Amino acid sequence: MIRNHLPALIVIVPLLVALVMPVLGRGDKPWLLATLASWASFAMTIVLQVQVSGLLRNPAATPAIISYPIGNWQVPWGIEFRVDALNAFILLVVAMISAVVTFYARLSVAHAIPPERVRFFYSAWLLFISGLLGVTMSGDVFNVYVLIEISALASYTLVAMGRYQNRKALQGSINYLVLGTIGAGFFLIGVGYLYSVTGTLNMADLSTRLEPLHDNRAVITAFAFLLVGLSVKMALFPLHGWLPDAHGYAPPIVSALLSGVAIKVGAYIMFRLAFTVLGVEFTFAKLPTGPVIWLFATLAILVGSYTAIQQTSLKRLLAYSSVAQIGYIALGFSLANENGLTGALVHIFNHALMKSGLFLVAGIIAYRLGESEIGALAGLGRKMPFTMAALTAGGLGLIGVPLTSGFVSKWYLVSGAIDRGLFPLAFVVLVGSMLAVIYVWKVVEIVYFRPASDSAAKVTEAPWSLVFPAWILVGASLYFGIDASLSSGLAQEAARFLLSQS
Amino acid sequence: MAFVLVIPIIGALCIALLRRRPDYRDAASVITAVCLFGAVLSLIAQLGVKPFQAWVLFELLPGLRLAFSLEPLGMLFALLASGLWVVTSIYAIGYMRAHHEEHQTRFYVCFALTIAAAMGIAFADNLLTLFIFYEVMTLATYPLVTHHGTERAVMAGRLYLGYLFATSIGLLLFAIIWTWTLTSSLDFRSGGILAGKAENPTLLILLALYAFGIGKAALMPFHRWLPAAMVAPAPVSALLHAVAVVKAGVFCVMKVVLYVFGIDLLHDTGLSVWLMYVAAATIVIASLIALAQDDLKARLAYSTVSQLSYIILGAALANAAGVLGGSMHILMHAFGKITLFFCAGAIAVASHKTKVSEMAHIGRQMPITMSAFLIGSLSIIGLPPLGGSWSKWYLILGAVDAAQMPLVAVLLVSSLLSIAYLLPVVGRAFFASGPEQSHGHEIHEAPLPCVLPLCVTSAGCLFLFFFAGEVYEFLAPLVQR
Repeated sequence: MIRNHLPALIVIVPLLVALVMPVLGRGDKPWLLATLASWASFAMTIVLQVQVSGLLRNPAATPAIISYPIGNWQVPWGIEFRVDALNAFILLVVAMISAVVTFYARLSVAHAIPPERVRFFYSAWLLFISGLLGVTMSGDVFNVYVLIEISALASYTLVAMGRYQNRKALQGSINYLVLGTIGAGFFLIGVGYLYSVTGTLNMADLSTRLEPLHDNRAVITAFAFLLVGLSVKMALFPLHGWLPDAHGYAPPIVSALLSGVAIKVGAYIMFRLAFTVLGVEFTFAKLPTGPVIWLFATLAILVGSYTAIQQTSLKRLLAYSSVAQIGYIALGFSLANENGLTGALVHIFNHALMKSGLFLVAGIIAYRLGESEIGALAGLGRKMPFTMAALTAGGLGLIGVPLTSGFVSKWYLVSGAIDRGLFPLAFVVLVGSMLAVIYVWKVVEIVYFRPASDSAAKVTEAPWSLVFPAWILVGASLYFGIDASLSSGLAQEAARFLLSQS
Repeated sequence: MAFVLVIPIIGALCIALLRRRPDYRDAASVITAVCLFGAVLSLIAQLGVKPFQAWVLFELLPGLRLAFSLEPLGMLFALLASGLWVVTSIYAIGYMRAHHEEHQTRFYVCFALTIAAAMGIAFADNLLTLFIFYEVMTLATYPLVTHHGTERAVMAGRLYLGYLFATSIGLLLFAIIWTWTLTSSLDFRSGGILAGKAENPTLLILLALYAFGIGKAALMPFHRWLPAAMVAPAPVSALLHAVAVVKAGVFCVMKVVLYVFGIDLLHDTGLSVWLMYVAAATIVIASLIALAQDDLKARLAYSTVSQLSYIILGAALANAAGVLGGSMHILMHAFGKITLFFCAGAIAVASHKTKVSEMAHIGRQMPITMSAFLIGSLSIIGLPPLGGSWSKWYLILGAVDAAQMPLVAVLLVSSLLSIAYLLPVVGRAFFASGPEQSHGHEIHEAPLPCVLPLCVTSAGCLFLFFFAGEVYEFLAPLVQR
C-alpha cells in the first residue's frame, strides 16, 4: 500500500512537517522533526530507486518507469509524478544531501540564527527541500514551474537569514530573487509556447505531440526561452551573477544545499526537456545547442575557476568553484553521448557530495571562528585536524585527484569529449582541474604551512555533531572515488535511458 | 607483493607513533627500509615464474583496475629505490641531526610514503595504477620540498606542484584517457597495446603527450621544478631528486614506450625520432646550464636533468641496445648521482658551504668525501672502471644501430661537458690555492652516518662496472621478441 504511494509521500512528508514547524516552540524540537522528515524522505527515495533501477535488482533488467497520477486523475489530464532511471538518481542525490545536511544543522543554525527564528528557518528549509524533491519527480512542465517557485521562494528566505552574520546576505538574497524570478519567468513563457502549440502540459504527452512539430517556430522559441530560464536557475555562465553572493553569504547549511543540490535540479530539468520531451534529434541535430553550450560551459569552467582563485573568503571561493562545476555538467550534457552524459550525471552526484561537504566544513569554521576569510585559517591544520582533513579531502575531490570521486566524473567527461573528437573540450576539463589545484592549494597551504595567528591559538576541534556529518559527505565522496561502480552504474543507466528516448 | 606496498606505509605509521622518541623513530625508519629491501629481493624469485600476473586490489570502474604485477624493469626500479633507501635513511639520520632540522617526524613519514608510492609505480600493472601512484608521489614529496618553511621553500614548492600537476593532469591524464578510448585497455603488455589501434597523427600526438606529460622525467621545457626542488634537505635531493622521483619519471617513459607503444611500433614507424632530438637538446642545454651554476646542488640538479634525458633518448631509440642502455642508465646514474648528493650534503653539514667557488681546500679537510665525489663524477662522466661507462656504451651502440650519427656526437660531447662541470669541483677542492680557512674552527669529515653511506654508494659505482653483465642479462627479457 505505502509502496505504491512513495512518490507522493516523499514530497508530502517534508511539506506537512514544514507547515507544523511554526507552532513548535524553541529548542531542538524543530531540528529533530526536520531531521526525521528528511531522513524519512531519504529512506523512501532509496526504496524508490531500487524499484526503478534495473542495476540494483538484476543487471540484465531494464530500468522501470513509475507513474503516479496525483489524486488518481488520469494523465494527460491530471497531474503526474513520473520516476524513471534519470530522476530516481537525481532524487537520491537531493534526498541524501538534504538528510545529511539537516542532521548537521542543529548547532550551525543555532549559531547563525536567533532562537526565536529557528522554527521559521526549519519551516522554510523543509519547504525548500520538498520543492526540490517535487521538481525532480514532476511529470508535468507547469508543475515543474510551480515547484521550482516553491523551492526558490523558500530559498530566497533562507539566504536572507544569513543577515544575522553578514548584512550582505540581504543584497545577495534580493539579487537572487530578482534573477531567479526572471529565470522562472523565461521558463514559464517557454512552457506557455509549448502549451499553445500542443495543448498539453504532461511531459510524456508533449513528447509524442511535439514529434511532428519540430519545425514549428513556436517550439523553437519555446526551447530558447526554456534554455535561458534554466541556465539562470542552474547558474550557467554568464547567467551566474546571482550565485556567488547568494551562496557566499547565506547561512552555511543553506549554501550547502544550494550549491550541492538546488542548481543541479535546474540542470536536471535541462536534461529532462532536451532528451525526453524535445528529443536528441531536435535539441542537438536540428538546433545548434551543442556548440552554444560548449562555449558557455568552457567559459564557465575557465572563468569560474579563475575567479575562485582570486577569492579571499572560503565560502565565495566555493561558490565560484560551483560555477565552474556547473560548467562540467553542462559540458557533459552538450556532448550528448553515453560517456559525456554519464560524466555529467555522475558529477551531479559526486559534486553534490564534495561541495555540500565543503560548505559544511565552512560552516564548522564559521561556528568556531565566526568568519570564513581564508587568512583566518592559518595554522588550523593542527588545531582542528579532522575538520581540516575534511577540507583537504573535499578539495582534492574538486581537483579530481585519482581515488576521489571527482576523478571518476572527469574520466567520463574527458572520454566523452574524445569520443566525439572534441579534443579542445577534453583539454578544457583538464585545465579546469589545474586551476582547481591552484584554488584548493591556496587554502591547504595556509591551513597547514602557515603558523597560527594569536586569535586562532585557542581554537579547538569542533563538536562531533558537526564534524561527523561533514565527514559522512566527504567520506562518501572518497568512497565513490575508489569504488565507483554504484554511482557511475546508476549514472550510466540514466545516460543510456536518455539516449534511448529519441 | 602486498608486502612491498604495505611495509613502507606501516613504517610511516610507526614513525608517526614514535614521534616523541627520536631514537626509536629513526631506528624504525632504518628497519622499515631494510624490511622493504628484503621483501623486494624476495620477489625476484617470482619474477621468472609469473611475469605480468596481475594482483588486483580493486576495480574502480569496469575494466579500470588498481592492479600490480612483476616485470624486469619494475623490479630493477624497485630494487634500486628500496636498496638506496636503506643507505639514505642512515645518511638522513646523520644529516638531519647534525643540521638540527625541525619537523623530523614529518620528514621521515613523508619519506616513507614517497617510497611506498615508488613501489606502487614500480609494480603498476596498468597506466591508471601508475598514474595514481605518480600523483601520490607528487603529494608526498611536497612537504619534503617545503621542509624549511621559508619563503624560498614555499615558492619552490609551488613551482614543484605547479609543473608536476600541470603536466600530469593536462597532458599525461589526457593521454591515458585517450589511450583508454582507443584501446579499451590500460594494461602494460609486452609489445604494446596501441599497435593496430591508431594511426599516425594520433600516435605522434599521444607520444608527445606522454613524453612531456610525465613531468618527473624533466624533459625540457618542463624541467624547472627540479632545480627549484633543491631547497629541500640533502637526503631528499639525494634519494628523491636523484633516484626515486626523477627515476620514477623516466621509468614511466620507458614503461610507456615498452608496454604501451611497443618498440616495434616506434621503430617501424619512426614516430620517436623527434623525441630523440628533444632529448639530445635537453642533454646538451642542461649540461651547459650546469656549467654556469655556482651552487653545488643546483649544478648537480642540472646534471640530473641532462642525465635523465639519456634514458629518454634510450627509450626513443626504440632498439634493443638503446632500451637496455637507457634502463641500465637508470641504475648507473642513480648510484653516481646519489653519491654526489651525499657528498654535497656532507660538505654542507661539515663546513656549511654550498657554493662551488667556496670549495677550495675542502679536499684536504674532507678527503674521504671528496674521493667519493671523484668516483661518483667519473661514473656520471662514463669512464671505466665505473658503472656509468656501460650504459653510455650501450646508448652509443643504440644510436649507431638507429643510424643517428648526430646523436653519437651528442653523447660524446655531453660526456666532455660533464667533465667540464664536475671535475673542476674536485680539482678546486684538492688543488686550488685560495685563502686558507679563517673561520676559527677546523673543518673535518662529516659524522659517520653521513660518511658511511657515501662510501657504500661510491663502492657501488665501482662494483656495477664488473657486474654490468648480470644487469644486462636481467633486463634482456625487455627486448625479446
